Amino acid sequence: MAIRAQFEGNNEIGVFSKLTNAYCLVAIGGAENFYSIFEGELGETIPVVHASIAGCRIVGRLTVGNRHGLLVPNTTTDQELQHIRNSLPDSVKLQRVEERLSALGNVIACNDYCALVHPDLDRETEEIITDVLKVEVFRHTVASNALVGSYCTFSNQGGLVHPKTNMADQDELSSLLQVPLVAGTVNRGSDVLGGGLVVNDWIAFCGLDTTATEVSVIESVFKIGDNQPSKIQTEMRDSLLDSLT
Amino acid sequence: MQTLDEENLVSTNTILCCLCSAQIEPNPSNMCVACLTTQVDITEGIPKQGVLYFCRGCERYLQPPTTWVVAALESRELLSLCLKKLKGLSKVNLVDAGFIWTEPHSQRIKVKLTVQKEVVNSAILQQVFIVEFTVNSQFCDECHRVEAKDFWRALVQVRQKTDHKKTFFYLEQLILKHKAHNKTNNIKPIHSGLNFYYSNQDDASKMKDFLTSHVPSRYQLSKELISHDIHSNKYQYKFTYSVEIIPVCKDDIVCLPKKLATSKGNISQICICYSVTQMIRLIDPFTLKVAEISSNNYWRDPFVSLTTQKSLSEFMVMEIEIVPEKDKPNVEPISKKHVLADVWVARMCDLGVNDQQYHTRTHLGHLLSEGDTVLGFDFNNANLNNAQFEKLKQDRIPDVIIVKKVYDRAMRNKKRKWKLKRMADGMDTGADEKEYTAFLEDLEEDTEYRQNVNIYVDRNKMAVEVSDTDDEGVPQISLQEMLDDLHISHDATGEDGAAMME
Repeated sequence: MAIRAQFEGNNEIGVFSKLTNAYCLVAIGGAENFYSIFEGELGETIPVVHASIAGCRIVGRLTVGNRHGLLVPNTTTDQELQHIRNSLPDSVKLQRVEERLSALGNVIACNDYCALVHPDLDRETEEIITDVLKVEVFRHTVASNALVGSYCTFSNQGGLVHPKTNMADQDELSSLLQVPLVAGTVNRGSDVLGGGLVVNDWIAFCGLDTTATEVSVIESVFKIGDNQPSKIQTEMRDSLLDSLT
Repeated sequence: MQTLDEENLVSTNTILCCLCSAQIEPNPSNMCVACLTTQVDITEGIPKQGVLYFCRGCERYLQPPTTWVVAALESRELLSLCLKKLKGLSKVNLVDAGFIWTEPHSQRIKVKLTVQKEVVNSAILQQVFIVEFTVNSQFCDECHRVEAKDFWRALVQVRQKTDHKKTFFYLEQLILKHKAHNKTNNIKPIHSGLNFYYSNQDDASKMKDFLTSHVPSRYQLSKELISHDIHSNKYQYKFTYSVEIIPVCKDDIVCLPKKLATSKGNISQICICYSVTQMIRLIDPFTLKVAEISSNNYWRDPFVSLTTQKSLSEFMVMEIEIVPEKDKPNVEPISKKHVLADVWVARMCDLGVNDQQYHTRTHLGHLLSEGDTVLGFDFNNANLNNAQFEKLKQDRIPDVIIVKKVYDRAMRNKKRKWKLKRMADGMDTGADEKEYTAFLEDLEEDTEYRQNVNIYVDRNKMAVEVSDTDDEGVPQISLQEMLDDLHISHDATGEDGAAMME
């Protein structure tokens, strides 16, 4: 089920939140509406953590993580680091990264098995990504954009890429990441997918402007919700056969 | 947005339109064209209706704020006028504009515009729309004034303090010849003169210059404040040129002030004005001495005519004797055109009553012979009221001064084979036919006088062949001097028909 949300009137919810299979970071806002949406959906399964990085609310753009770990930029204060450490499960490794491209969320996109990174990223950062997030790292661009974190989003189920990505690129990315990819948009035609969408293996949050078409694309490619084509073969099959006979 | 060809399908991705789920190629807004046009209207802020103002008088369109331009229907000029009316056009990129045909009487002008504008995410949208203009009629200022007729900003008052209109007949001919009345709004006859009305001061000033250069006169300018704007310091005036023509005409007997007579080579104080051009030209009939008096001279020492046309009386020439060369008074300059003669005349009314004859000298020796009738001024029986004249010593006053020869008026009228153009509407000075005929006679008698006048052949009179033998003495205008009126008084160019020399 893809859920629409807004952070203080802003549809770019991917900027203010970071969602993985093991935890969720949410920016500290003036009101608790945004947090409540995440808490309501995820509270029973994974920790939803109020967080800030270097005093900023743009946690989604500054951090990158999956169920194995979380990377934060070196501008993160000790106090913030301590708070996040205390809030996250023990299985999640937390690491500060000395990286010139400090908006890690913009330059890295990852799921639990592989990561796309900005072509100019440091060799050392790449090693840290490999070690902490336990992923295979690919330097690549999406639709000629180096900010892979901004222009694509993928989970272990599937991924959404920039609408201008051509077929060849999309096929190549798909084979690297080993997940099906679809070109699409969020927030009524916006191509900044990382900004408008946060997703994990069972839930997705998107901006309030996202249209029904876009939601249906998101749900089908990330295999979220009940109406999956595969269900016809499994669950619905029996009842269909019953009614036919 | 456009049809997808096979090759594109292979290389580029397709996405779903975010609103209608149609398969589209990605574009900056990521919407199909249909959805995009429902979302944004780039013609918003551009008026779809407008008003054009059209002057029916001169068939021009108002270009705000105040100019009026000529523009045909569906012309480039009209299109630019329409586009200037549309306020919001600066915010979009105008690609194409053209007219859609409308019935001219519908008073509607439809303009089809194609505009482009950048919309969300730097997508450029192109849209076609129609703007309808209503043509409203409104008189332009000029036409309004023409309709109102009584509008004027500048006035030229021409005045001559005489009891006849000959000078104005002459002026009429001058104005006609030089087309000086082109920009006149209106001409009105006033007692002892004419008023010329103009819409601006420059035209009036031109008329004033024309008048002062053709007749001896002086002028005064006065202005009346109509309104003024204290913010812009603009003042609106009505200007009046008062042009006063010297009240001395041809064939007037004048008595010069002593000072003026002395300065003009000691000419006799009693003179005859024998012609008026830019100057007054005087002749002393007793010596043939001539003097020219410019308008400057005149206004320094003004004088008036002693006589009027009516105060002249008719005399019969009883005897005439050309003064021989040796007896002529030795003065300079003298007129070469006149011949000095001793004459004995008798008053017409005395003929058969008594035998009174007067001796005098005349400058008309070349014209007169015994038995001729002349017009002259009888000083003995005159009751004059003139300051200069009263200062004259009695012995210097002659009995009679002969002014001009008299011809048979009826005969001359019948024989006149020419005519003048008249200003149809304007210059009806209210003078009677007699004065006009007198003016025509003057023209016949004086070649110099008629130099500045266009004389036209009168075809009606030419047809009646009158034998020229009966009266050879009467001055006439030769056919060579006449112009042939083409009777295309106003041809296509609006000019008077070309007058040709015959």
